[in-house]
Amino acid sequence: MGLTVNSTGTALLKEDLSLTYLEEDSSKTAVVALAGNPNTGKSTVFNNLTGLKQHTGNWPGKTVAISKGQYTFNDENYVIVDLPGTYSLFADSPEEEIARDFICFSRPDVTVVVVDATCLERNLHLVLQILEITTKVVVCVNLIDEAKQKNIIIDTKKLAEFLQVEVVSTNARSGEGLKKLQEAISNVALRKEKPDTCIIRYEESLETHITKAIEILENTKIEFLKKRWLALRILDRDQSLTKKLENYFPTDQPNQLEIFSEQLFNQPLVGDFRESIVLSLYKQAEIIANTVTSKNSQANKLRFNFDRIALSKFWGIPLMLLCLGIVFWLTLVGANYPSQLLSQLFSQLEEYLFLGFNYLPVPQLVKELFILGIYRTLAWVVAVMLPPMAIFFPLFTLLEDWGLLPRIAFNLDHLFQKSGAHGKQSLTMCMGFGCNAAGVIAARIIDSPRERLLAILTNNFVPCNGRFPTLITMILLFFSGSGILASFSASIIMLLLIVGAVFVTLIVSKYLSKTVLKGIASSFTLELPPYRKPQIGKILIRSLLDRTLFVLSRAIIVAAPAGALIWFLANFGVNGQSYLEIFATFLSPLGKLMGLDGVILAAFLLGLPANEIVLPIIFMAYTSHGSLIEFESLTATKSILLNNGWTSLTAFCLMVFSLNHFPCGTTLLTIKKETGSWYWTFLSFLIPTIIGIASCIFVSQVARILSFL
Amino acid sequence: MSNLFSLNELATNESGEIAYIHKDSIMRHRLWDLGFTKGAKVRILYTNPSGSPRAYLIRESVIALRNEDASSIKIELEQNREGVRNEDGVNS
Repeated sequence: MGLTVNSTGTALLKEDLSLTYLEEDSSKTAVVALAGNPNTGKSTVFNNLTGLKQHTGNWPGKTVAISKGQYTFNDENYVIVDLPGTYSLFADSPEEEIARDFICFSRPDVTVVVVDATCLERNLHLVLQILEITTKVVVCVNLIDEAKQKNIIIDTKKLAEFLQVEVVSTNARSGEGLKKLQEAISNVALRKEKPDTCIIRYEESLETHITKAIEILENTKIEFLKKRWLALRILDRDQSLTKKLENYFPTDQPNQLEIFSEQLFNQPLVGDFRESIVLSLYKQAEIIANTVTSKNSQANKLRFNFDRIALSKFWGIPLMLLCLGIVFWLTLVGANYPSQLLSQLFSQLEEYLFLGFNYLPVPQLVKELFILGIYRTLAWVVAVMLPPMAIFFPLFTLLEDWGLLPRIAFNLDHLFQKSGAHGKQSLTMCMGFGCNAAGVIAARIIDSPRERLLAILTNNFVPCNGRFPTLITMILLFFSGSGILASFSASIIMLLLIVGAVFVTLIVSKYLSKTVLKGIASSFTLELPPYRKPQIGKILIRSLLDRTLFVLSRAIIVAAPAGALIWFLANFGVNGQSYLEIFATFLSPLGKLMGLDGVILAAFLLGLPANEIVLPIIFMAYTSHGSLIEFESLTATKSILLNNGWTSLTAFCLMVFSLNHFPCGTTLLTIKKETGSWYWTFLSFLIPTIIGIASCIFVSQVARILSFL
Repeated sequence: MSNLFSLNELATNESGEIAYIHKDSIMRHRLWDLGFTKGAKVRILYTNPSGSPRAYLIRESVIALRNEDASSIKIELEQNREGVRNEDGVNS
């Protein structure tokens, strides 16, 4: 799960997870399941076949839920289901169970197994397991471009002979071989399932058990599963499967399968059954991989491996910071001009709007509501928020596509381990940069429920794209100085803020690990995929469009009504005081204590639906009394703030509170959905808020005391 | 079998063959699925500044494991290099 229009913001809440059975008219539509190891390019194949925009990124475990799409080939309809990437189908993890259950119980017409040409042996381990379940399989040998670079050539014909199924080689990123894949899929869809076949012969002692088990199972009525495979699963004591199979037996004799299982278990097994299976599978995979692969290993050694630096003891972390710093710098420099341009454009348009409204027979109030309320907030969100988001996002996606994220996880793991957290929490934090709700969803890659909760509860400490421009604006106005070096110093300040955010995440994780989420770090494995040349053009365009659409839709859904509300609160009231003033006055003591003011606190509260609108609300409130000020330049903006009693301390405290306060509404709802509990949702609201209030009070009071000395 | 080491004790770029994975390891199944099986060749590639996790080359892919988890994997060194090795397994 990564960052696209569909995977960030409110779209997340609409996602349907219960997709085990398909409603499509099965007589007309073939169902194709897409299986494979994580990070083999399954999602790329999926996107290329369906034209859908499922996010792809270079880190394993990205597809955490099932997604579904369709395509037409030779006038036939195909529904294609992208299963979570798994290393096996033994159902030891939720993803494996989802993938296996889909192949077993939804019985797709074709199962496409996407394999990594550069790492065939391990991938074949999964292929062989799938072949034991179904023979209606197409093996898609993907990433052949990478293999070519490594001088690895796969003989697909030989591989097809070995596996007795169709084999197609593809480079899904460029689209190479996808026509052939579609052809193969349509061929296999028409084919009938082969009867019980023996793909792998196991050790003799196992085979005796298997034969016996098959004999016993002959009496069951489970026609759709291969007896040999079912026997293996029962002998492996796979209760997740046998439980589900109970439904397939008549209720008057519910114990049938149990009886069979008991009969089987009575036969004493020698050694570790699972290990024996795995060893046989791998032995076969080795034989096949060695026969069909030819490689020139010398060329491989000559290639420079960037990981020597990226994962080195000394350079690792500085390099990550440098990458992030460059992204910040590019964002700051790049956002400046379009931001100004948009502001000018919008203020110009505002004049025309005023003129235009003069011709309309509407009361002054309505006119002001539209222009000063709705239009101005919208303009603010778009002009100030959009450019940095639209630049940061694609750049970050490039780094993700390149393969940097797992390296970050590798370099930071020991810190998370010390905090009792999962090593993959840094991956969820990276997603949080884009959107905290997406970060919360990404926490599904963490198996251990305790550590997953840690990741969910602390994700909000990473500033999301909606808070990012707020921070940038504050830095540029108050801290970076001016001149040529301003963008550099601003990037460094930004970087420090991020380091601070990571630090807070670690401390809170550690504290939670000692209190409500007691426990120690569980084991984890992390695959470091090879670096891949990002599809620069594609990413830039799509990510830019996605972001723009995302911000614009948020602006319309959230900023426009918020603008209207603020305008109302600022212009109506009792006893000569506007509601906003009353509200701000009420919050003022706390605000002052925190180094802020009542208006800022009110803005954060009113900005609950989306962080993007916090700054616009502040400016709306400050300028609500008639005086029209144009927001064309930073200096003008700064003078508004200074006129309202701001100092650099105010700006600093605002940044602290922006980094540490309650998650936005969408994120809260996502947390509720992901944890299924109001308790955790409430905690995720409370923890950052308390930290934010406390640190703001601390900072401002210390600053005040120091200024007295 | 005197030259059996835990996987995490190997020095960078040292390689060996997996002898067995400790029975108590809750990760056995996961490790098997990733290719850490008896007889498979492993090489240590990278080490985190703090010493854990370390990244291993196994069946053509790079997998990072925390030392606690790697310690359940016992390795037979490719060559008997005990004379050359430092006691603590740090790359010399």
